[in-house]
Amino acid sequence: MRTAIGRVRGLGSAKQGTHHWWNQRLTAGSNLLLMLWFVLLLARLPAYDYATVRETLRSAWVAVPLLLLIGSVVYHFRLGLQVVIEDYQHNESRVVAMVVLNLYAAAIVVIAGFSILKIAFGAAA
Amino acid sequence: MLVSILHRATGVAMAVAGVPILTWWLAATAAGAESYATFRHVFFEVAGGAIGWVVGIGLTLALFLHMGNGVRHLFLDAGALFELRRNKLSALAVLAFGATATVLFWFFVGVVK
Repeated sequence: MRTAIGRVRGLGSAKQGTHHWWNQRLTAGSNLLLMLWFVLLLARLPAYDYATVRETLRSAWVAVPLLLLIGSVVYHFRLGLQVVIEDYQHNESRVVAMVVLNLYAAAIVVIAGFSILKIAFGAAA
Repeated sequence: MLVSILHRATGVAMAVAGVPILTWWLAATAAGAESYATFRHVFFEVAGGAIGWVVGIGLTLALFLHMGNGVRHLFLDAGALFELRRNKLSALAVLAFGATATVLFWFFVGVVK
């Protein structure tokens, strides 16, 4: 036998909606600045060969904003794709999709972050 | 309506295609000249660089459309642009910005430099 309170516990709002909404806007702002910077950096690269790219990414003035960009972009798409999943997936498949999204976001942050740091801290080519 | 759907489509496209390509580019650069050559081969050499052009133009267009509409959404959040005429005009402005910025980017990269 279940009591009335037992049936409704755990249902309803998770009370994280405002937090989600606000962080989506915050990262939209940081994405705007960081992506404009990154697009200009890419456009102005003198060449796209290994040596040029490596030397460019080695600079702290590039590596640090690039790390911020990865963090901001991944957080933003993690929140955005959550909304997409909530709209189209229901029940168990929603949970599976959310787990996949979280693992994907974590993998991207670690691989991209590790790569940027490896280039920045690596010996001169 | 169109711009709203495009916002979602471009966001998903960048998350599942743009982000992995950016990550691949970073990882290839970190891994060394040989790995970077593989990345370059795929986007610059296969089919005369066709993959690079299609993916590059597609991703910049997606980025600029999403960026323009993102800024439009910040105005909507502030309570502006809800009048029919201004709402429609701002949506058209997003499309115009996306197309113009993409053309300017590739004109600069492909012709000016």
